[in-house]
Amino acid sequence: MSPSAAWAVVVLTGVLAYALKLLGHLAPSRWFAHPRLRRINELVPVVLLSALVVAQGLATRTHVVLDHRVAGLAAALVALWRRAPFPVVVLAAAVTSALVVRLGG
Amino acid sequence: MYSFSVRTLPPTARRRQAGREWGVDGSRAVVRDALAVAVPVGLYGLAFGAAGVAAGFSVLQTCLLSLVAFTGASQFAAVGVVAAGGPVASAVGAATLLGVRNALYGVALSPVVEARGWRRLLAAQVTIDESTGVALGQQGRGRAAMRRAFWWTGGAVYVLWNVFTLAGATGARVLGDPAAWGLDAAVPAAFLALVGPRLTAARSRAAAALAALLTLALTPLLPAGLPIVAAVLVAVGAGWRE
Repeated sequence: MSPSAAWAVVVLTGVLAYALKLLGHLAPSRWFAHPRLRRINELVPVVLLSALVVAQGLATRTHVVLDHRVAGLAAALVALWRRAPFPVVVLAAAVTSALVVRLGG
Repeated sequence: MYSFSVRTLPPTARRRQAGREWGVDGSRAVVRDALAVAVPVGLYGLAFGAAGVAAGFSVLQTCLLSLVAFTGASQFAAVGVVAAGGPVASAVGAATLLGVRNALYGVALSPVVEARGWRRLLAAQVTIDESTGVALGQQGRGRAAMRRAFWWTGGAVYVLWNVFTLAGATGARVLGDPAAWGLDAAVPAAFLALVGPRLTAARSRAAAALAALLTLALTPLLPAGLPIVAAVLVAVGAGWRE
């Protein structure tokens, strides 16, 4: 990513995020009252985060790639299933995938 | 008609009774709730700082995202799309879609917070998942407790999130390329840990599975980063009907 593209992401993300927050405090509540909007909005984090797991864990640019990251994700799944706290889940994934790389996987 | 039980005590008496348990008007309990939420959330900032630098942002840019955008999921999405090789529009689009919920929080909070002028500008900035959740969770303790919970949680998360972002970003800079060490699995694992607890309803589980499959299927077909934004269609489709 070029430096100017990085700055564009930082500035636009920041300005739009703040604009949305301020809009909520200033706008009449009926603007956001539609139940369909609420239902879709509740699902947006779930679908975006799931897509990000795949894009970051199972793909490299436009290729599906299964490598050491799969082992890390498997460790994270086990940690989540055992109800481990957030830092433990992330550490389990990092340590496992680093071990696979170190052992020449 | 009414038996004179705790439930039918006049509000002042009820408050006095609660006072014995919580300190005058429950202020200690509110602060405790706020900090109990803010400390673990602050630690997520460590993961965000590292993810930002790993995606190619400088330490300064990573810290500015936390200072100005200050909404965790959006920030993770922006750096996630960039790390996947996506263009600026996809990164900003994904982050902004995730930020829509903060507008909904503001609608619910503005009659409670009742801030005017510059305080309203500050209130908007700390309107996030955690400050909203803790504030609305104090409904039983009255409006003043809700207001205190909002400011304490929002303020504490703001400070800790930014301190830990700086720590994570500088730490990652010292370490070098996380992929070379095999540490790059930490970022998708962080996303997995964020989505896991949200999969309580059958509808969200189905939406998550569909979104993951759609992203996988579209990866070889679309420019990098776009499959992530396309996954939002799953939310529109799944949320359309009751």
